[in-house]
Amino acid sequence: MRAFLLALMLLTALPAFAVQPDEVLADPALEARAREISRQLRCPVCQGESIDDSNAPISRDLRLAVRERLVAGDSDDQVIDYVVTRFGEFVLFNPRASGSGLILWLAGPAMLLAGGAIAFAATRRRARETEAEGLSAADQARLAELLREDSPK
Amino acid sequence: MITELGHFALALALAVALVQGSLPLIGAARGDRRLMALAAPAATAQFVLIAAAFAALTWAFVTSDFSLALVAGNSHTLKPMLYKVSGVWGNHEGSLLLWLLALSGFGACAAWFGGNLPESLRARVLAVQGLIGMAFLAFLLFTSNPFLRMAVPPLNGADLNPLLQDPGLAFHPPFLYLGYVGLSMSFSFAVAALIEGRIDAAWARWVRPWTLAAWVFLTIGIALGSWWAYYELGWGGFWFWDPVENASFMPWLIAAALLHSAIVVEKRESLKAWTILLAILAFGFSLIGTFIVRSGVITSVHAFANDPERGVFILLILGVFMGGALTLFAARAGALEAKGVFAMVSRESALVLNNLLLAVAAFVVFIGTIWPLVAEMLWGRVLSVGEPFFNAAFTPFMVALAVLLPVGALMPWKRGDLGGVLRRLMPVAVLALALGALVWAVQTGRSALGPIGAALGLWVVFGAGVDLLTRAGRGPLAARLGRIGRLPRADWGRVTAHAGLGVTIFAVAAINAWMIEDIRVARLGETFPLGPYQVTLKAVHEEEGPNYTTTMAEMVVSRGGRTVATLFPEKRVYPVQAMPTTEAAISNGFFNDIYLVIGDAQEGGGYAVRGYVKPFANWIWGGALLMALGGFLSLTDRRYRLAAGARRAVPAAHPAE
Repeated sequence: MRAFLLALMLLTALPAFAVQPDEVLADPALEARAREISRQLRCPVCQGESIDDSNAPISRDLRLAVRERLVAGDSDDQVIDYVVTRFGEFVLFNPRASGSGLILWLAGPAMLLAGGAIAFAATRRRARETEAEGLSAADQARLAELLREDSPK
Repeated sequence: MITELGHFALALALAVALVQGSLPLIGAARGDRRLMALAAPAATAQFVLIAAAFAALTWAFVTSDFSLALVAGNSHTLKPMLYKVSGVWGNHEGSLLLWLLALSGFGACAAWFGGNLPESLRARVLAVQGLIGMAFLAFLLFTSNPFLRMAVPPLNGADLNPLLQDPGLAFHPPFLYLGYVGLSMSFSFAVAALIEGRIDAAWARWVRPWTLAAWVFLTIGIALGSWWAYYELGWGGFWFWDPVENASFMPWLIAAALLHSAIVVEKRESLKAWTILLAILAFGFSLIGTFIVRSGVITSVHAFANDPERGVFILLILGVFMGGALTLFAARAGALEAKGVFAMVSRESALVLNNLLLAVAAFVVFIGTIWPLVAEMLWGRVLSVGEPFFNAAFTPFMVALAVLLPVGALMPWKRGDLGGVLRRLMPVAVLALALGALVWAVQTGRSALGPIGAALGLWVVFGAGVDLLTRAGRGPLAARLGRIGRLPRADWGRVTAHAGLGVTIFAVAAINAWMIEDIRVARLGETFPLGPYQVTLKAVHEEEGPNYTTTMAEMVVSRGGRTVATLFPEKRVYPVQAMPTTEAAISNGFFNDIYLVIGDAQEGGGYAVRGYVKPFANWIWGGALLMALGGFLSLTDRRYRLAAGARRAVPAAHPAE
């Protein structure tokens, strides 16, 4: 679907042959971390692809850089910081929940709470109004009686 | 000549839309029946004219008339016929014409089958539909005219983007457009009802099938697009949270909310204002989607700068229709008095909760999609919002929806008994938790995604089963099973669609949790393991296609010495657009897909090869198809087919409370 847009924009999306065999690290645990990190980093020159999916040369360089840092013993966050200091927060697919970024992360839960509170209040008010208009105990008993007379046939 | 006729028909359609959008409105306000009666023939005329224009453009593509700038830019004589035809809508101008064809088609349907609507409501609905058509016809003619000729026609065309030369994608846009545009009917009904100042069960009975049809089309369109991405893009992803995907997903979510809340209006005459608001928003999101796709403002700021005229025009349309409708809503919503009342624990409340979760989910997708734009405008921060954000911020709402769904579906109208419902669902809950625990035990050391997905999927699917059995009434199981066959189609539709959601939830979790990937260099004749399978790269040859050259590998997949499949992954180059594409070879299975991709020849000999085992891949789209089938079953329910006669027989009388 996105390539549909790209085509319309007359841009060329290269279907990927992303991670090359010669990039893969020998240690599977380290490689898994590298994949996880590179899925969160955006290719700086592509249309919304992660460096893991993209086959642009710069993505390959970044994938190699990520693996280099991991082999050197960096933590995941350190590796991500390493890339962000060089390319800016544009490369982060997972925007940081700090400063104005908090709005983005809290918007959904906040709307759920607000909407939930409104719906709850409205429903309770309406339900109360009904009870006020509802049947008295005597009416209830009479109704039950009528239903009993009517039902078995 | 045919091209000029098409061009002329389009201009004439604009004039007709002008009439359709104005005179019937005046007629309805004044009670002038002659003016109101104009609406239906105008809607028919508009459809015929736009269909003629569309046919003319199709003719130009089929005959490769390169004197048309659009054809020269998007077609080629060597292109297979299927893609010459699908090339009509594989570009901005043509796709808008298709959009308009669908829009006027829906309008014409309302004119042809809406004879039983109150006269003024029908006139107003058609007029609003005419106004939408007018806006988009003006947009098409003034900023994106598909019928422009070239002074010097080229000898051959620039070809269609090879990624689009695929049967899955050839039919994906028409379905999406039918969905987007179907929501314009709900919008027109909502605005017409606001002008009328009243809605009732009959109104909901009219709106619901339109919404349902739009939602079914959107479901199929989204599923086709996702399926295409899976087999075409070459690494087996099926959803990328890309702005263009989100553009179709937001209306889908809102339409899903709308078709649930319209039930409450239809059955209980409650939630009227909210339903109207949803109908307005659903079409609003369709317009926003169109804006995102057509202007490219979100994916690339530069694309917008390249063609600001189009983006601004759509923004203007969006502003006028949404601004107008919401203002009308603010002025009139108070007059929409609710009739049915309900308790805190009831089917109505459950549907409110469903609406809340779906609306919030759509809102999260929306804010994530536009956030890069907002952040850049307000704080000058150039940032991205992608898959990790959406996975984290969107999924919880869907999980909550899935947890609540079986409970809500079993809840009776007006006043429910939560304890009773939970007792009936207890066996399913126990089964779901047991399955989750079993999966957890078997797959030690992996993420919690697998077990949770399995438990949720089973909960929703079996919950739908309990729903069906409950509808069949009491008594021995055999008698109930006998009655199941005679349940109304709406019940079958609901249960099927809900089960489909469960299947998709399970499949999405499963493929993410249990996928096996293998990347390596394979030499000719080499055998390598891929999960439980052995894969042998037998041969690689070069071949010629109709408009491309291809490097095709022959790979044999075996398991325990027995050949499972022979697959031929390709790497194609389309010379006209100088563009390589990967054609993954997939062995589709019930429990998993084997997905092989051939890459470049390596310097030291051999080829780069990617192999995947994708568990339950087909279940993703299977679930989506079930959802669409459910919608379709519900659409064929007796009450929609018979509603016309029934309402004529009972003149506008409301049952006593």
